[in-house]
Amino acid sequence: MQYGISILLSGISLGGQYALIAIGYTMVYGILRLINFAHGDVFMVAGLMMVYLSASLPLAAAIPLMIILAVLLGFIIERAAYKPLRTAPRMSVMISAIGVSYLLQNLATYVTGGLPQMYPALPGLSNQLTIAGVSTKYVTVVTPVLVVLLVAALTQLINHTRIGMAMRAVSRDFETAQLMGIRINSVISVTFIIGSLLAAIGSLLYFTNYQSIVPLSGSLPGLRAFVAAVFGGIGSIPGAVVGAFLIGICESVIKGSDWSVFSDAFTFAILIVVLCVKPTGLFGEKVTDKV
Amino acid sequence: MLNEKKSKRGTVIALLCALALLALVILLENTMKPTGMLFTVLKKGAVYALVAVSMNLLNGFTGLFSLGQAGFMLLGAYTYAILTIPTADREAVYYLYNGSAVNFSLPELFGGGAVGLVLGVLLALFLGGCAAAAVAWLIGLPVLRLKSDYLAIATLGFAEIIRAIFQWDPLGPVTNGANALKSFPTFSSFNIQNADGKVILRLSTFVPFLLAGVCVAVIVLLINSTYGRAFKAIRDDEVAAEAMGINLARHKRLAFCISSFFAGVGGGLFAMFANQAQAKVFTTAMTYEILLIVVIGGIGSISGSCIAAFLYVAASEWWLRFLDTETYIGSFKVPFLRTGFRMVVFSVIIMVVVLFFRKGIMGDKELPDLLKKRQKKATKEAVQP
Repeated sequence: MQYGISILLSGISLGGQYALIAIGYTMVYGILRLINFAHGDVFMVAGLMMVYLSASLPLAAAIPLMIILAVLLGFIIERAAYKPLRTAPRMSVMISAIGVSYLLQNLATYVTGGLPQMYPALPGLSNQLTIAGVSTKYVTVVTPVLVVLLVAALTQLINHTRIGMAMRAVSRDFETAQLMGIRINSVISVTFIIGSLLAAIGSLLYFTNYQSIVPLSGSLPGLRAFVAAVFGGIGSIPGAVVGAFLIGICESVIKGSDWSVFSDAFTFAILIVVLCVKPTGLFGEKVTDKV
Repeated sequence: MLNEKKSKRGTVIALLCALALLALVILLENTMKPTGMLFTVLKKGAVYALVAVSMNLLNGFTGLFSLGQAGFMLLGAYTYAILTIPTADREAVYYLYNGSAVNFSLPELFGGGAVGLVLGVLLALFLGGCAAAAVAWLIGLPVLRLKSDYLAIATLGFAEIIRAIFQWDPLGPVTNGANALKSFPTFSSFNIQNADGKVILRLSTFVPFLLAGVCVAVIVLLINSTYGRAFKAIRDDEVAAEAMGINLARHKRLAFCISSFFAGVGGGLFAMFANQAQAKVFTTAMTYEILLIVVIGGIGSISGSCIAAFLYVAASEWWLRFLDTETYIGSFKVPFLRTGFRMVVFSVIIMVVVLFFRKGIMGDKELPDLLKKRQKKATKEAVQP
């Protein structure tokens, strides 16, 4: 029983962290129809920046600064690597995204010298806590609450503000939105800023649990979050959150069983089954192909 | 009639060039120091050229954006390794699992010696390709219905699943679990030795060139056939292609299987190059590497992929090496030079190519096209006074 609860708890907290990354994927895909392969690496770089900033600054200054830098990074990536390719075929943009991911990973290897970096302990998140006889960290409880709050705020933003309306319009029809006088570039920038912001917060929570960061530690959580986004229906924010929680719980159940080698394989198996059976995911809208 | 003659002449010229290249490789190898970086680059370049061309067949010529190449290479590498490890060495390689479940070795089945080695290795590589193609056929059933980026992410997922299965412990007696397979014949096994064990003719670079060359030639022939034209039609417009009577599902599956077959052969060659086969090498990063080679060479150009493969390998393994070592000019320490800087510079170069030279080295042209154009220009200029 206790074992079950501890697995469920870790699954929920993992799911919440994936949800924060998955929103970045799903929003970018909704607007640009691009799998932003570099998103997982932005998440990793955010973690690394926290390691270096907290070494020289107090936490109260390091955390906001890290978030601002991560947001800046997401913004710069979009302006430098995706904007010049706006009229290019989708494949070129995707290759550019893979290139950015490669660059960020190599840069991280260079800066860290390839050594795993220890994530600083954050007071309030790393402290121990006992729920129903299971000892865990505060972050396990904080994550789902924070995710729900952030998603609620994001939904408000998208449904009730001008920029949110512009985003919805752009994701519905890119070209028409442009003709209607919506500034595409600023909408896309805002999308990347929101995505990076959530990824930065996600990295705070994720690395408090996993502690050591290597240059590759962004790529797998990134892929899993993407799978979550597809699972929930790409382009849909509630879908991404639900998908992420399901993926997180599945992963922690499998990691706790004898089949732990297959935890990643299982995630991808879910992806393939979803894509083949219901490509629009749980909450996605049905799209028809036009000639 | 005229056209036919011309294309025949072109084929002859291409064949002669290929033969000259092979002769040059043998010559170089037997006159220069065999441990030089040049030969590592040439061997790895040849292997990567084959894999890049196989990926180009799918991504550039059929328009199917697949990221499963590393998975198919893994299948080829393991099939090759499992079938060719000498029976005497199996105990040592599989020491964690008390010997292997597969207790024969193809080179020995063919009677050992030089003939056995050649036949065994060739058959093992071929079977490696077949294993990859068979798995590709199975994967293709559900996956090939997907479009562009979904296809990419699904094939990437399958590559990861294949990797997880090969590292699974209960399969250890066959795959050696997460440990490396080794002791199988490599490129250096093809060096001809005299009775004293002294090497008299080095063929260790010639062999990958020959094998990769033959495979690339087969792919070129395929692309110039009716199937190749059907692939290109699918790439340019699926709906129009279907309206012209091309069976989409069948041709896509065919392209996927053929591409995987050659990726499998390339994987076998890669195992020969690396002297070992281990599942953790064939990661998504490897697929990305190959994809970047294809992009640098030009999507839809075979010769571009080959040239880019050699350039890429040479730059990453050899020419940019100096960036990784701390250097002093006099007492001045050159800034930034430290382990890992090479890859940073390298990825910046790649980003520049991706952003500003989107067509890559060759665009969608082939080497002979460029030569022809120059000839035409030259004759035009000669005519004008």
